[in-house]
Formats: sequence, C-alpha cells, structure tokens
Amino acid sequence: MSHSALDSSPAAAGSQTVPETAGPLPENVPAPKARKARRSFLPYGLILPAAVLEILIHIGPMLLGIWIAFISLTQLNLTNWLNAPFVGLQNFVNGLNPESTIGQAFFSTVGRTLIYTVTVVGLSWILGMAGAVFLSSNFKGRALLRTFFLVPYALPAYVGTIAWAFMFNQRDGAVNQILVDTFHLFGEERPFWLLGSNSFGAMIVVNVWQLWPFAFLMLMAALQNVPTDVYEAAAIDGASLWQQFRTITLPMVRPANGVLLMVMSLWTFNQFNIPFVLFGASSPKDATLVSPLIYQNSFGSWNFGLGGAMSVLLLIALFIASVFYIRMVLPKGADND
Amino acid sequence: MKNPLKVLTALAATATLALGLTACGGTSQATSDTITYWASDQGNSLDDTAAKLKPSLERFTKETGVKVQLEVISWTDLYNRILTAVTSGDGPDVLNIGNTWAVTLQETGAFEPVEGALLEAVGGKDRFLQTSWSTGGAEGKTPTSVPLYGLAYNMYYNTKMFKAAGIEKPPVTWDEFVADAKKLTKDTNGDGKTDQWGFTAAGASVSANSHQAFVRGLQNGGTLFDKDGKPTFDSAPQVAGVKQFIDLMATEKVMSPSDAEISQGSQKIDNLINGKAAMLFDQSPLKNFDARGFKDWGVAPVPMMQAGATGDAGTQSHVAGINLSVFKNSKNKDNAIKLAGWLTSDAEQVALNKAFRSLPVVTGASSDAAFQTEEVKSKRDALANHALPMPLVAKEGQMETLTGTAIKNLFAKAATGTVSEADIKAALEDANNQMAAAQ
Repeated sequence: MSHSALDSSPAAAGSQTVPETAGPLPENVPAPKARKARRSFLPYGLILPAAVLEILIHIGPMLLGIWIAFISLTQLNLTNWLNAPFVGLQNFVNGLNPESTIGQAFFSTVGRTLIYTVTVVGLSWILGMAGAVFLSSNFKGRALLRTFFLVPYALPAYVGTIAWAFMFNQRDGAVNQILVDTFHLFGEERPFWLLGSNSFGAMIVVNVWQLWPFAFLMLMAALQNVPTDVYEAAAIDGASLWQQFRTITLPMVRPANGVLLMVMSLWTFNQFNIPFVLFGASSPKDATLVSPLIYQNSFGSWNFGLGGAMSVLLLIALFIASVFYIRMVLPKGADND
Repeated sequence: MKNPLKVLTALAATATLALGLTACGGTSQATSDTITYWASDQGNSLDDTAAKLKPSLERFTKETGVKVQLEVISWTDLYNRILTAVTSGDGPDVLNIGNTWAVTLQETGAFEPVEGALLEAVGGKDRFLQTSWSTGGAEGKTPTSVPLYGLAYNMYYNTKMFKAAGIEKPPVTWDEFVADAKKLTKDTNGDGKTDQWGFTAAGASVSANSHQAFVRGLQNGGTLFDKDGKPTFDSAPQVAGVKQFIDLMATEKVMSPSDAEISQGSQKIDNLINGKAAMLFDQSPLKNFDARGFKDWGVAPVPMMQAGATGDAGTQSHVAGINLSVFKNSKNKDNAIKLAGWLTSDAEQVALNKAFRSLPVVTGASSDAAFQTEEVKSKRDALANHALPMPLVAKEGQMETLTGTAIKNLFAKAATGTVSEADIKAALEDANNQMAAAQ
C-alpha cells in the first residue's frame, strides 16, 4: 500500500502527456467532426487499460484493506468475509489503546521503526555517497569496483538475507568465528546476534548492506551530470575538497537526493523480508518492526481486523509524510522536467 | 493506430488479457480425472516425502484411474497456505493438516464434514484408534478431518553417552531426568567450556514449545484453559511447568544456550547424533536416525513428576499426528473422498506409516510386524495411556502461537542473560492477555 504515494505521480504525469502527444493533427485532414470524436476518445482509450489494471491491482486491494480495518475478520468468518460483523472503530481503539498489551506493542514498535529507518537510510546514504564520489574520479579498476559494489543489490533479497542468517548464527556462524575464534573478542563468550538486543543491530547491518548500492547507483548517476569545469573553477579559486563537496556536489545532486531519500525511507519503514528471514514469523522484542508486527497480528493470531487497522494507520501516516515531503523538499514544476 | 477499429481491437485485446489474468488467479483444481493433494512434510525433506508417498498414490491411480497431483508443503508454510486456500475458497481437493489445528480449521467451515459418503469411504469411526479420532474436530460436532498418521512424544537418548556417564537406565521422574542431564553435561576437551549437554530442544520452534507448555502444565496440575474456556496461561501451575522447561537452560544449565536459535526439529536431532547432547523429546526422529545410519539411540517415556502418575499428571505428550481433510469447495469431491478412503485403508496405512516411521491410526494396521518394535510400542503406550489432545478450542492456533512464542522469547532471554520466575510469569501473562483480547 505504501507504494500509492509514489505511483500516483507517474500516473498523473502520464495522463497529462497523453493528450499532448495525441495533439493537433495537420490542418488538411478532412471531416473535422469525426476527427474530434476520435480525438476525444483516443486519449481515454489509451489510458483505459492502465487505469483498469491500476484499479484491479492497486486501488481495489487497498480499499479492501481499509474495509477490513472496520470489520471483525477472524477465522470464523474468513470463508464468508462479506458477512463479517462491522465493528466501526473498535479495531483502531484496540490497536491504539496505550493501556493494552497490543497498543503498547504498537506504539513502541512505531518508535523503533522510526529509529531504524533513520539509521538505515542515513548509513546507506553516507556509504552510497562516499562510493559515488570515490568512483566518479577516473582510475584503473573503476568498472570492476562499480560492479562489485552492486552485488548486494543484484542478489535476490531472500538469498542475501539467508546467507546473513547463517553468518550470524551463534554457534557455527562466520561472524562469531571471525570475532571470537580468530580475534578473541568478547572474552571468548560467543555473543548471540539474532537474539536479544543485538538483533536490532544485526538487522540494521543486513539492511544497510542491501540498500546502500541503490543509493550508490542513484547518486553516481546524479554525479555524472555535474559538469567538471565547475570543480575546476572552484579549485582555481582555492576551494578545498570538502568545500567543493558541500557547495557544488551536494546542491547539484539535490533533486536526485530528494527522491532517493524518500524512496529509501518508505522501503525501510515497511521492511518485512529481512526480519522475516532473519527471525522467522515472530521477531525478538528488541527488533520488531511495524510490518512484521502487522503480520504477527494478522496471521499469528488470525486477527485480520486489527492487522488491517494498523495498516490503515500506517498508510495515513506515510501518506501525510510523503505529501508533506513532496511539497516541501522536492523541487517543483519546471525544475523537475 | 489511426484506424478506430484497430484501436478498439487493441483495447479489447488488452482488456481481455487483463480480465483473463485476474480470472486465472489460482485454478489449482484440476480436471475430472485429476485431483490435487497437499501433503505435509513427513520425511527428511520435501523430495523424500514425495518419493515415499508416490508408490501409494500410483497404486491409487492404478486402482481408480484418478490421477493425483501431489504437492508436499513444508511445515513452516503449511498453515499459511491452508489459510490462504480457506480465505479464497480455492485450494486443493485433499490436504493434510496438523491435527492440533483441526478445531480451528473446522470453524472456518472450509472442510467437508466427515459424514455420509466420506465417513463411508474411510470405513466408519470404529476402525480408528479412538485417541486419534478424537482430534478430528471439536467435541460434540461432526469432525472435519480424519486421522492419517499417529505420533506421540517420547524421550530419545544417546546410549553411548549414557554408558560413558555411567547411567544404566533412562530417568523416569523429572528430578531424575534433571540429575542425569547434569551428569551428561560436561567439558570433554578440557578447554574450560561445556561442549556436551544433557538435553537439547528446538528453543525457537513455536509449535514444539507450545506442546511443552501443554504437557508440563498438566504434569504440574495446570491447564491452558479453565472450564469456561478462558485462557489460564499464567496460572501458578502453568508458570511452574514452563519454568521447569526454561530452567533446563537458565538455571540447571543442562541445555546449550545455542539451542535458543534452533527452529527446526532436525537440528536438535543432529545434536543427539553428533554427541553434542544426550537427550531430547521428539515425535519421530527415527527417519533422521535412519538417514544418518545412527544406531546408538534408546527410547523411553517422557519423564513425569512422579513415577507411575496417571490422569492429567501422567501426561507425556499431546495426541500428536496428522489428519486428512477434504476441501468443501472441491469440484471433484467424489474422487477426493476416494483418496481419503485409500490413504486410510489398512494396506496403505501399513505402507505409509512404515515409510514415515509413524503409528497407524487404524487398528487393522497396528498388528503388522513393522509396528511391534520397542520404539513403536513406547509411542503407542504414550498415545494410548499418557496423551491428551491439545485444547480442542477454536483458537487453538492462536494459543500455540502465543504460548510458543512466549517460551521462544524466554529461551532467548536465558541464552543472553538470566530469567527469573517473575519474567516467566510476565511473559505468560502477556500471552494470556493477548489470547483473552482475541477471544
């Protein structure tokens, strides 16, 4: 559902461009009446398949998800869900009540997910930026490094995460073999990386590992568009490398940065695959994120109404955040095109 | 695209394609001479299970002319797959379920009640072992599943390790069990670290943990639900029972902290085979022992609080096993019912339970020579005299998830720090509140 905010912009752009490309035909074409009728149908006809699919694939399930939040959907009425009792805001009350176990879990999880998102996106951005700046200068072996850096992004998410789960295993994992057996850290005690408080850090490591190549790729593309003579001029004026980075590189890649940070934040906030593969259906308390919590409430306890209510709350929060962000941060109008 | 006709044709084609795509979302129900069967993973792997089921299904096809499209589904996915099938109404014709889910799934109304043609096909309820039959659905309601494989918990131990520690016979009471486990826990290579443990369990397996919450609670005089069906996960005897289990790692230190990360039963069996741990509770490790050519194992009943305990206090296992259901929405119900009858027939019960090292659920198959070993007898004794069904309530699935997860988190806490009785009480109270809220 989180994709909706993103998807709406290309769709809107598409609907604007279609009439233009289908625009005025040459003056000498006869029968203007028929032409007019055809012209008014054609643009709508062309976007019709996309609109139908969009409704079927995105809007429909989204509305259904919102509806589920207002009914009491459990295994007793799953097969006949159209007749599930309407409970109004009860699911929201249960999910938001800070006195209840479920409500407490929800609020602490949202807070934890925010910290998680800021950390993962921040680290990924720093690494991506560093990599992009490093590889924007010409040197031998640059192409090789560039490919190498993209490996985590190219690997299927599950494969990479399963490999990490093996490496983090307390008894036989590579991480403890290196840290404890080789470097004799932690006083010879083998720490658990996937249990207790360490699990949060382990999850961040895996996510940054998986996400930073995307930042790297986007920023590298943005850096290609910065003309080199600007740097040369700055260098002649005596600007240090840091000054060049701060006053030339950063402002020049700002439009790319704006989109990049938003996309990465939305992805990370909704992260599900990594905790699910690392920890299974129920994450440790210290590492529960919002999406796995919704999953646990929906599928672990078969309380789909509650899961739906939490999803709707998230949808609203992410939507508001996205709209605010798009209006405030992203460059507007002509600059964008 | 200037010709309007062409435009329309293109649009129509696109729309048809779009509708076609949505229409064929999941047509797993096959044509009249083929039925789909979802089997649970009873072998060493999905392939192994399929290979062991194949001869039986081939005989079925030969006999009836009905082809069976088999899909073996891993235990981690099975529950969700069934859930999806139930929700969409679009599933297999016949499927295996964990028998503890029978009541929960019965409530969905997605399965064919065992009456009429289906009851006739399986030959009536009197053919079956009554403990196993009782898991088919809620008490007083027409069951919606029939038993297929019978299982029960036993204690398995490494005989070589017992001999080395000078233990002559397996422990009978819980105290003896803990004492023996301590004798078996040691540092074998003198590097100051324990590398051999008395006991091993899959501490991260939610379902296996919930079975122990059930058994240990009953042995201590507790129950998971009171007479009115209210959850009592955090009652004093339940807390005491769970504490005994957690303490194996937390205070007795006879269970490796690494076990807190084990989520698959086969990993704990590996520990026994590799000599890393001496005892475990399991339903059917023999298929793993066979596959590894491991011979140094012994079997004994799961220890009880007092020797010779009977009734609730004498519980060693839940009535474990796999049941078979026919999907109500099956478009091929006659043939689906035929398969249910086939798989529960005496001859196939012998063949299948021999292959999967489980217990036949029909009395007619139990007399076969293959089921007269000491191990099978021990399992049968546990099932007949020391087993109760997991609570036959609609929210059994949630109960398993909540209690099992609470214990999983407690093991994690024990592995990374300490666990007090208050921690155990709090965790079970938490699970209890969530259960009560969901009811």
